[in-house]
Parts: sequence; structure tokens; C-alpha cells
Amino acid sequence: MSLFSQILQFVFTGLTIGSIYSMVGLGFNIIYNATTIINLAQGEFVMFGGLIMVFLTVVLKFPLFIGFPLTVMAVTAIGALFERFAIHPLRNASLLTLIIVTIAASILFRGIAMFIWGKDPYTLPPFTQGSPVMIGGAVIMLQTFWVLGTTLAIVVLTTLFFNKTIIGKAMSACSFNPMAASLMGIHVRKMILLSFALSACLGAVAGIVITPISLMDYDRGPILAVKGFCAAVLGGLGVGYGAVLGGFIVGILESLTAGLALSGFKDAVALVILLFILCFKPSGLFGSEEVSKIKKF
Amino acid sequence: MGKENLRAVFILTICLGVFPFFIRSDYYLSIMIFIGINAIIVMGLSLLMGYAGQISLGHAAFFGIGAYCSGVLTVKLGLSIVTAFFCGIFLSIVMALAIAIPTLKLKGHYLAVATLGFGEIIYVIFNELLEITGGPSGLSGIPPIHFFGYSFKGGWRYFYLVWTVAILLLIFSLNIIHSRVGRALRAVHGSEVAAQAMGVNVSQFKIQVFVLSALYASVAGTLYAHFVTFISPSTFSLFVSILLLMMVVIGGGGSIWGALLGAGILTILPESLRAFRDFDILVYGVILMAILLFMPEGIFKGLTLSATWMRKKW
Repeated sequence: MSLFSQILQFVFTGLTIGSIYSMVGLGFNIIYNATTIINLAQGEFVMFGGLIMVFLTVVLKFPLFIGFPLTVMAVTAIGALFERFAIHPLRNASLLTLIIVTIAASILFRGIAMFIWGKDPYTLPPFTQGSPVMIGGAVIMLQTFWVLGTTLAIVVLTTLFFNKTIIGKAMSACSFNPMAASLMGIHVRKMILLSFALSACLGAVAGIVITPISLMDYDRGPILAVKGFCAAVLGGLGVGYGAVLGGFIVGILESLTAGLALSGFKDAVALVILLFILCFKPSGLFGSEEVSKIKKF
Repeated sequence: MGKENLRAVFILTICLGVFPFFIRSDYYLSIMIFIGINAIIVMGLSLLMGYAGQISLGHAAFFGIGAYCSGVLTVKLGLSIVTAFFCGIFLSIVMALAIAIPTLKLKGHYLAVATLGFGEIIYVIFNELLEITGGPSGLSGIPPIHFFGYSFKGGWRYFYLVWTVAILLLIFSLNIIHSRVGRALRAVHGSEVAAQAMGVNVSQFKIQVFVLSALYASVAGTLYAHFVTFISPSTFSLFVSILLLMMVVIGGGGSIWGALLGAGILTILPESLRAFRDFDILVYGVILMAILLFMPEGIFKGLTLSATWMRKKW
């Protein structure tokens, strides 16, 4: 295998895992924009997405096109319940307390998942059967296209949602100034509930598409949350498309490091990038410094 | 540090002083030693959170730097325990400055983000530098602490050592809070702009507190390494950083006494949940969530409130 095709292989691997980071990062941004909370239970939504899908399609033998929407609905409901029972009652607490609550929730979610599924990793069959495709000497699994396609669809849909629909515009308004938004007749609490539901929904989709490639177990959440968070900060916290590009950058650099240099240091790459960004351009690659000055986190 | 605090420190010292006379079991003594070690770190974090309004998501890294410096330098290089201890502190301070100077100049919670990254990087380094740290399988054979031929081996001797350090740091922390620096810090926590207008150098104070909290963690790391005599990276993971932060919040973010309480509760809790075997994480999650939902200000505040309520009632 030539060096070129090796690198191409790593880039595709990076794009695949980067898509997941992108979706987690997007989830961070949606909640952050509505509440300025950093939801550290974001990775657990991905974990639930993967594991519930396994339960529905492998154990209950539901076909893909029924299992997929059911899983997404279930995880969205988990996100909404989380907001109702943990974030909503503490609406007067400090931001730090709320972030700690999301940490407690992530521990609780992991506990529930381990109670139901145990400690073993689970896998799903790929969405479409067939032999891998060769591009420039790199071997690409069909599931990779599913992952990339889904990410693209998610990006397009969320962009449309936030720019073209009334609810989406209302949510954006809350992120700029909740007070002004509520004066305009926007129900801010509802928007916060919606932001948690939406970001759980994105997490579920990410979990479903990645499980056939990288397996899923109850303890996968925290590392995904950390990487997704890096993606979001790299792109500029709160900047929608920033998280997507940030996710791809983190994913590709990580997979190149693992392949060409030291595999053990793979997990450190994202974090080294994070520290550099914080030192030299804290508003992120695509965030504006003016906006970051008025934000609370 | 105020009369009430002085009295409380006095009572705590006496209670701890007589503890080994009544409880002889090595198991309970070692739990108390772990509480002491955690309490040292949590006091530092509590100063950072309660008085500078910042959180650290990577304090286990400083804990680890202290422990690994002590471990590696005494085992591999044969340096004396005291030298290794000061190397750990020096390294922690340098690292803390390197993180704090760029991030604490900025407004907002960039420190939390940076420490999260830093903690994970240090964790990866502990795992990957096989020749130096022993990698995932850890480093063993760390010698116990001895001063002038007196060895701190055996449960109760180490118990006194750890708690002496903890109480000295407690007194030091209480003094800081009630000094000019402490007032400046509280002003920063209340309103940065107002503090700045009063001539408080906000970012400099924040950096100082962060470095101090890193130093506390490094001291705790050394105490940990020489007590357990074996260290491995899993003791210094992100989960531990989060657990330490939890201790601050559960105890009550704004007070050093709350920090002690939080360290005590969250060190004992996993031990008492052993009976649940694999489900301990579920029970643990439920308890944390319940405390946060019903006492968002922390247990210390919750108890004080219910005490005043009871006093009014009767």
C-alpha cells in the first residue's frame, strides 16, 4: 500500500469518526446557545442511540426503517425528560451548578445503561450489505458513506431549521438575548426544553450510524463528549457550522496521528489542539471575538 | 480567621486526634487517610470555585503529577522523598502557570475547558511513557515516608501525618479567606467589574488561587503515593477530576467546611455501595442527582438551613 493510499485511508477513517464528533459538537452548540450550559451528558445521548438501536433491531428484530425513528424518538424523549426533571427545577441555580447537574446526569445515564445492557460492547449489522469500495487504493466500508451522508443531511436540516422556520428563529433569538426574546413573545422555557430534545435527537442519530463501525458500550459517552466539545470549541462555541468543521479537523488529525505516528497519543491530539486554540484564538476558528466577549461561558 | 472557625478547627483536631484510640481497624483508618488526602485537594478546589468563581475539570492531573514525581524520582532515580516532593510541587506550579496565564486573562470559563484538555493529556502521558511511569500497569515499590529514621508505616502513624498536613492547610486556607486576598477574591466572585473598579487585579488573583489549588493537589499526590506505594494512571483520570469537583459542589461550593464534608461523604459513599456490586454507579448517580436537586447549595448549607429551621421550631 503506497503512502498516498495509506493517508487517504486515514483521512476517510478520520472523516467517519469526525462526523460523530461534529454531531456531538452540534448538540453542544444547540444547548449552549439556548442556555449557555455545557451539557456534559451529551456523549450519553450517543451511547443511548447506539444501544437502543441494538435492542430494537437485533433483539426485537425490527427493520431498520422502523428501528431508526423509534430510537431517535426514545432518545429525544430522554433528553426532554432530563430537561424537565433536572434542569428546569434548578432554573434559578448558578451556571456552575447546572453544569455539575449535567455531569451527575451523565453518571446516572451510564448507571442506567449498565443496569440494562451490562458492560459488554454491542454491534449492529451495517445498513447496507456489500463489499467495500476502493478509492485511490483506500478501502472504504459502505457504512462510512451512511455516516457521511447522515452528517451532511443533519447539517442541512439544522441550518434550514434555524434559518427558515419560526421555531428555529425563535431558538436563535433566545441565544442572543433571552430577555428580549421573551419580550417578543417567545416562550424561552419551551425553547430550552426543545434545545435539549433536539440535541438528544442529534446524539441518537450519531450513535445509530456509528455503532456498526465502532461498537457501543455503556461507558463510551465521556470520551465522545470530550472530543465533541473540542470540536465545538475549535470551531467556536455556539457557531453551528464551526462545530462541524471542528469535528472533521479533530477526527482527521487524530486518525493521522494514530496511523502515522503514535497510536497511544491519539486521544491527546484533540486536547492539544484545544489548548492551542485557547491560547491563541479563544473564540475558535470561526467564532467572532466580539460575540465571545459578551457570552457568559 | 474568626472565633467560630477557630473553635471548629479545635474541635476537629481533637476528634481526629482521639480517632485512632477508638478505631483500631486498618480498613477504617485507611478510609480516613483517603478522606484526608481528598480533603486536601478539595480545599484547593473549593478556594478556586467558591472564591475565584472558576472550576477545574483536570485537578486529578496535578494530583497525578505530585504522585508520579514522588514515585518515579524515588523509585527510578533514588532521590530522597523530600527532594521528590518539592520537584512535584515545582512541576505542578509551572504547569498550573502555563495553563492559567493564557486562560485566566480571558473572561468566562475557559479555565474549565483548558484544564479538561490538560487533564486528559497528562493521563495519556502517564499511560504512554512506559519506561518512566510503567504505563497502564503502574509503578510499584514506592518507599514509605520516613523522617530522621522515624518511619510513617502503619495505619495510625500515616493517619496522623495526613491529617496534620490537612489541618495545617485548612488553617492556612481559612486565613487566606479572612485576609485581604480573601476579600479581594470574594469581590471577584461577586462582580468582576466592581472588583476591578476597586483596584483588584482580577486575573492575577485568579491565577494565584489556581496555582495554590494545584499545589494542594500535588501535596495530596505525594501523600497518596507514599501511602499506597503503588500508583497507576486510572487513579488520575477524568472521572477522578469530576469526582473531586463533585465533592466541592456536594459539600457546598462556597465554604471550606463544606469541602471537608463533601470529601468525607463522597469518599465513604463508594465504599458503602460495595454491596451493590456492578450497580454501584447507578445508585451513585441517583444519590448525586438527588443531592443536587434538593440541595443545590450543597449539603453544608442544607444542614445549616435545617438546623436554623429546627431551632426556630423548638
